[in-house]
Amino acid sequence: MQYMIMNYEDDAAFSARTDEQKSSAYWGAWAAYAQALKESGVMVSGNGLQPPHAGTTLRLRDGKPSIQDGPYADTKEQLGGYFIIEVADLDTALDWAARCPAAADGSVEIRPVLVMS
Amino acid sequence: MKANEAMDAFQTVESVARASYGRLVAYLSSRSHNLAEAEDALSEAFVAALETWTRNGVPQKPEAWLLTAARHKLIDGSRAAKVRTDSLSTLRIIAKEAQEISQLGTFPDERLKLLFICAHPAIDAAAHTPLMLQTVLGLDAARIASAFLVAPKTMGQRLVRAKAKIRDAGIAFEVPELSELPTRLGAVMEAIYAAYGTAWEEVSGADPRRRNLSNEAIWLANVLVHLMPEEAEARGLLALLLHCEARRKARRSPEGNYIPLSEQDVLLWNSSMVEAAEQELAIASLSKSLGRFQLEAAIQSVHAQRAVTGQTHWEAIALLYEALVRLAPTLGAIVGQAAATAQVYGSASGLAVLDSIALEQAAITYQPYWAVRAHLLAELGNSQESQAAYIRAIGLSEDKQVRQFLIKQSLLRSS
Repeated sequence: MQYMIMNYEDDAAFSARTDEQKSSAYWGAWAAYAQALKESGVMVSGNGLQPPHAGTTLRLRDGKPSIQDGPYADTKEQLGGYFIIEVADLDTALDWAARCPAAADGSVEIRPVLVMS
Repeated sequence: MKANEAMDAFQTVESVARASYGRLVAYLSSRSHNLAEAEDALSEAFVAALETWTRNGVPQKPEAWLLTAARHKLIDGSRAAKVRTDSLSTLRIIAKEAQEISQLGTFPDERLKLLFICAHPAIDAAAHTPLMLQTVLGLDAARIASAFLVAPKTMGQRLVRAKAKIRDAGIAFEVPELSELPTRLGAVMEAIYAAYGTAWEEVSGADPRRRNLSNEAIWLANVLVHLMPEEAEARGLLALLLHCEARRKARRSPEGNYIPLSEQDVLLWNSSMVEAAEQELAIASLSKSLGRFQLEAAIQSVHAQRAVTGQTHWEAIALLYEALVRLAPTLGAIVGQAAATAQVYGSASGLAVLDSIALEQAAITYQPYWAVRAHLLAELGNSQESQAAYIRAIGLSEDKQVRQFLIKQSLLRSS
């Protein structure tokens, strides 16, 4: 079964990405996690995302577009990236989610990928 | 009702629940043969206790009061469900016994039967520990689910299914016969051990799963020793858990950084827990029946000696691991043996032990395997493979501090 692991990170984590002191530990953890997913043969795909301020949100209401800078909702934790993994069941997906660096500081959501029949 | 009386009742309910929940469930279910019903009746009795005790004061024998209340709920429930008459007569017997008990104030401790039921071979092994935590200690499903990294809904279903199986398959509420005892007891101990955690920290860089159930596991191990004082392995298990728990404070620096066993400040080890562990192990050794848990506890005991001698006797540890692997070749034991072998005979010998493990699924995702491998390869000057192994260990870490520790190690050894 395929699951999406969604990584929600807080401001501190997003700023650690470019912090001279913290960036090597930050990226080291993510690179190692992605590597472990790959070498264990469960990785389907995945991407990191630029910080939420780089996002743009668009809504069409009555045919009129409304465009807004930033993410669709202003919450403490924002989507920072995702992985799609192929594993036997939710238990195994949760094992992998627990190893995700975002689990320690932010949160990780695990959702099964919808299969269209 | 005065505020302090309400507080009193609340605290009494809480402390009775903590001390007697398992005994009450065990007593009720061993007679009604229905675990789920017994738990429901008891939880209703606790609710009733909170109401009545805050109004009328705490009764003299709170346990007996709860038992009587739970028995009423059981009988009401059965009447409502129009159960067969024979089970109703069983309930009448319980009612009569409960009557006598409320006069005596004590009732038989049936928790051993309950422990054996929870770890019965007919029940899904993944449910053994959760079932024990719920029925003997009264933990709720959501907390158990988090500790085991399982979705709360899944855990709830697993527990319901296990209890239905006990009821429908007519699994006996008995202590197994002598011929069956070793295997059945093994399953009980495995389940208690699993509540504590899976990986031990003596494997350099291992991440003990932080299940937050260490107190519960030690409580269960204590109960088992209390109920089966002649069983050496039960004492071995308790000694093992106590040794590991004794080092809790030493495992993290004041800043929260991870500290491996070899660098821990021995003054931070809890000496009374170490002493208690040693005592259990000494009593166990009198019976001259060695087992897996005694061996694991003995390994921890040698580590604990460092507090006295200032040194770690690695030869002894390597020998104990050899015996352990022969008896119970788990992944954790083999990785531990590799680390000990490396200390005594050099990194190449340690690596050879690791290489003897076929890289099946289990080892591929077993973090301690990669952490020890990375360390040994670095010692041997194989920087490239060592870095790859470090990356793997980092990627498989759950604990943030362990992850940081390994990142630092890998940077130190990258040149």
